[in-house]
Amino acid sequence: MGIKTDAVGKEWPGTTYQVGREKIKEYATVLGLDNPVHFDVEAAKAAGFRDVVAPPMFAVVYSAPAVAPAMLDPEVGMNFATMVHGGQEFEWSEPACSGDEITTTPKCLEIYEKDGKGFYVFESVSVNQDGAQVVRAVWTNIVRGV
Amino acid sequence: MSELNVGDQVPELKVTPDKYLPHRYAGASGDFNPIHIDPEFAQAVGLPSNILHGLYSMGLVARASAAVADGDPRALKRLSVQFRGMGAPEQEIAVTGTVKSVDGDRVTIDTVATQGENQIIRNAEAEVQL
Repeated sequence: MGIKTDAVGKEWPGTTYQVGREKIKEYATVLGLDNPVHFDVEAAKAAGFRDVVAPPMFAVVYSAPAVAPAMLDPEVGMNFATMVHGGQEFEWSEPACSGDEITTTPKCLEIYEKDGKGFYVFESVSVNQDGAQVVRAVWTNIVRGV
Repeated sequence: MSELNVGDQVPELKVTPDKYLPHRYAGASGDFNPIHIDPEFAQAVGLPSNILHGLYSMGLVARASAAVADGDPRALKRLSVQFRGMGAPEQEIAVTGTVKSVDGDRVTIDTVATQGENQIIRNAEAEVQL
């Protein structure tokens, strides 16, 4: 059975996330980070940031909710029962700081079949309130038995 | 670290996530997929027990990579990983990395995260601005 590829190239509306100090603190803590720029406003400002700065992998927090509607779209048709998160890439630009409003827009880059598995590749681009790109992400999901 | 050369090992990061780490990561990240936080659910879908979030393990790879720039959040420019084996709570994770290339003040580091013999992240490639 061929894999459905109709959704390749499809874009979905952006989702906006407001970055906050306590959420940054929570995420930095769970990863065991100890750089005070994630916890203390004065330390962050002394290091040249507008406010407390998010660790790079905080990109998950603001971009995953934006990508979910794309992955759940029936036109994409991913079988979640046999899906695994196969790969992930982030490319960081402008840092994300508390107070930023970050809008993430997802797109379906590729859908293809290889070795009996379906590969569903999504891209998301996140920009802040000034229009500066914060991160570009590539999400690869693998579905067994397509 | 002031100077890195091709083939250098970056300092190894060892972390043992406790039993409730997946719950805290779920809260911090917003990913409450029950395969990560509910052992009974995980077993019902054929897993040995609840498994770590892949993005948590990727977070440790990011931490180990940025450590060469003293944890500066601006230093990590790109990180690409493949998730393969499943990570488990209450087992030590070791993140090891080797400098693959150096281009001026930008280094590329190849990284692997393992639990014992099990590779949970492979083919990780980080670009760090020193």
